[in-house]
Amino acid sequence: MSKTRLIVAAAAASLVGGAVAAGTLDDVKAKGFIQCGVSTGLVGFANPDADGNWNGFDVDYCRALAGAVFGDPEAVKFTPTTGKTRFTALSSGEVDVLARNTTWTFSRDADLKLTFVGINYYDGQGFMTHASLGVESAHDLDGATICIQTGTTTELNLADFFRANNMSYEPVPIETNAEAREQFFAEACDVYTTDRSGLAATRATAEDPEALIVLPEIISKEPLGPLVRHGDDEWADIARWVLNALIIAEEKGITAANVDSMASSTNDPEVARLLGVEGEYGGMIGLSADWAANAIRARGNYAEIFDNNIGPDTAIGLSRGVNALYTEGGILYAPPFR
Amino acid sequence: MESAAFVRTEMAAARPPPSMDMGPVGWMRQNLFSSWLNSILTILALLGIFFALVSAAPWLIQSSWTATSLNGCREAIAEAYGEGTHGACWAVIRERYLQMFYGFYPRDSYWRPNLALVMLFVALAPVLFTSLPRRMLWFSAVYPFLGLWLLWGGSFWIVISILFGFFVGYAVLTILMRMFGQLAGVVGGALAAVLYWVILTGTVADLLHAVIPLGIEPVESARFGGFMLSTTIGVTGIACSLPIGILLALGRKSDLLIVKSICVGFIEFVRGVPLITLLFVASTLLNIFMPPGTNFDLILRVVIMVTLFSSAYIAEVVRGGLASLPRGQYEAADALGLDYWKSMRLVVLPQALKVSIPGIVSTFIGLFKDTTLVSIIGLLDPLGLANAIRADANWNGIVWELYVFIAALFFVFCFAMSRYSMYLERKLQTGHN
Repeated sequence: MSKTRLIVAAAAASLVGGAVAAGTLDDVKAKGFIQCGVSTGLVGFANPDADGNWNGFDVDYCRALAGAVFGDPEAVKFTPTTGKTRFTALSSGEVDVLARNTTWTFSRDADLKLTFVGINYYDGQGFMTHASLGVESAHDLDGATICIQTGTTTELNLADFFRANNMSYEPVPIETNAEAREQFFAEACDVYTTDRSGLAATRATAEDPEALIVLPEIISKEPLGPLVRHGDDEWADIARWVLNALIIAEEKGITAANVDSMASSTNDPEVARLLGVEGEYGGMIGLSADWAANAIRARGNYAEIFDNNIGPDTAIGLSRGVNALYTEGGILYAPPFR
Repeated sequence: MESAAFVRTEMAAARPPPSMDMGPVGWMRQNLFSSWLNSILTILALLGIFFALVSAAPWLIQSSWTATSLNGCREAIAEAYGEGTHGACWAVIRERYLQMFYGFYPRDSYWRPNLALVMLFVALAPVLFTSLPRRMLWFSAVYPFLGLWLLWGGSFWIVISILFGFFVGYAVLTILMRMFGQLAGVVGGALAAVLYWVILTGTVADLLHAVIPLGIEPVESARFGGFMLSTTIGVTGIACSLPIGILLALGRKSDLLIVKSICVGFIEFVRGVPLITLLFVASTLLNIFMPPGTNFDLILRVVIMVTLFSSAYIAEVVRGGLASLPRGQYEAADALGLDYWKSMRLVVLPQALKVSIPGIVSTFIGLFKDTTLVSIIGLLDPLGLANAIRADANWNGIVWELYVFIAALFFVFCFAMSRYSMYLERKLQTGHN
């Protein structure tokens, strides 16, 4: 579409004004791709490679969503958003879904008029410090200088934690993870605090990882998940159940490689329902019968997505921890598919 | 005469100055060691440069160009230069320099921004160097449309259709001017052109395209990034803000109350607001005001904001130039019987702009560097890309290499602009004010 026509369309639309938006699913189908808001760059969660293709844990969720809607994991375009622009990008309709390791909180859900569709990663705020300081617990941090990213929930959690424990600290406000790294490595601050996944990534790529320790305390709950706009429950259902389908797929052992053979040979009724062999479940959310199979085909089930992007074999090397299935000691629990 | 023992009848041959006063030694005595204080300062400065080089050079040179990750770099450097050596990991630049230049622009279309850049220089040449044939200015006038078309692609008829709008406007202007006089002509012509652009451009282009399809693959704004994005925003902002700024400056000095108040209000408002605020307005607020589903291109919004911002500054710089002219110049122009526009064009502005050149160029350099602020609203300019590249698990932790590379390129651009401004000042030097 040409630039001028965009301007013309914008001008014309503003004359008409307040045109009623159709459902997001119809809009998405009409334009032929999903516009997915991701981070401008966060290790393991979203980053462009040398050819400009986006990769990462959050990115793969969007590809699964595109697979479910269009049967094509490439039918998705990514809008890099910063911590400051992400919510307006979503609520103004610039993106259809936001998968940008965003913490689900009460006020974001209620006050910002957003709908979190689930949790794809249970994170928690931790502390990393120099081993040479000899600190073993976050309770020893009274008076420490702490590098903290501004404008995030981590800033508030930190203040809460120190106040609850009657300790004082000196914040070193920083804007980006890279800046925090440099400050921390240059020992401008004793402690760097952010989500444990971020700490793990920073530690893994440090010149001498042994010189850094991550303290055992986790001071906050950071349930990260994809979100959509308030008020379009059909679209929210699709986004929610794509995530659930990926988790159920792991539970049932359905992978990107065996999804076809599972569909044809399964005896498990839930698998049959999920993969569209039995029942009319796709139609209930306005998608084709094999939507879930397509979502799984995109980048694999939850475990595959996790292992490819942030799992133990990657540079970040996160273990599943609480993000394991409930059957394996974690808290990942998808509602039944029936 | 005859009582004199010796009379020189010819001039003594000139002898070279003493060796201490010429050549490198003389130059150093004059410039570096002319007094005790200067000698000490020179030695201190030399020591400073020496230590800076000694500490930076090994890092710059003992580097790795071939690794595929930061840890790979560290291993390669440890292997080549010994354990514990700190060296630059230039491999990241080798892998990502194309991305730094072109963002996510399709690889097989790199010729388009390249051609647009070459054509930019061709279009700039007659503006910058007056010795070139004046006919080249026609190309400069068409270039903005041609360049943007090359970058964004799409139907070529859009360019033709937009240019046709000028002819529509001009035709209406001449007809109305003959019938109702100058003012009606100008207003009517401008109105006709704008109406044509708003209502008909797209349709005309589509019709022509349907008859003869002529165009190149469209490239969406989301694929713009890196230095291409900075240059696009910077050059468009510079090109648009100079004329707007001059008009604002003239408006501010105008005797017409409404024109004057509008210009003063605009300039003071824009100058009172930080650029980053305007960018946030462009990226978030405008979205909310627009009806849902409207897709008003983000880069276009940013360019508009950047242009408005810099035109307010240019206006003040030019106003400084206008104020520096003696009243006599204005009065002389009036005495010659020139109307307002002619007196401005022929007498006042050439002198005022000449005085303003350093200020204008430094505003432009500032504008070009300010384009990096767009990374805050999620556009991937070089600084935004640096962050995105670091998010690759292979390169997480690389900081200096990327910033050194970006700084070097920005330096080249800005230094070139500053050199040109010095050339222009020398060329326009008339020996009086």
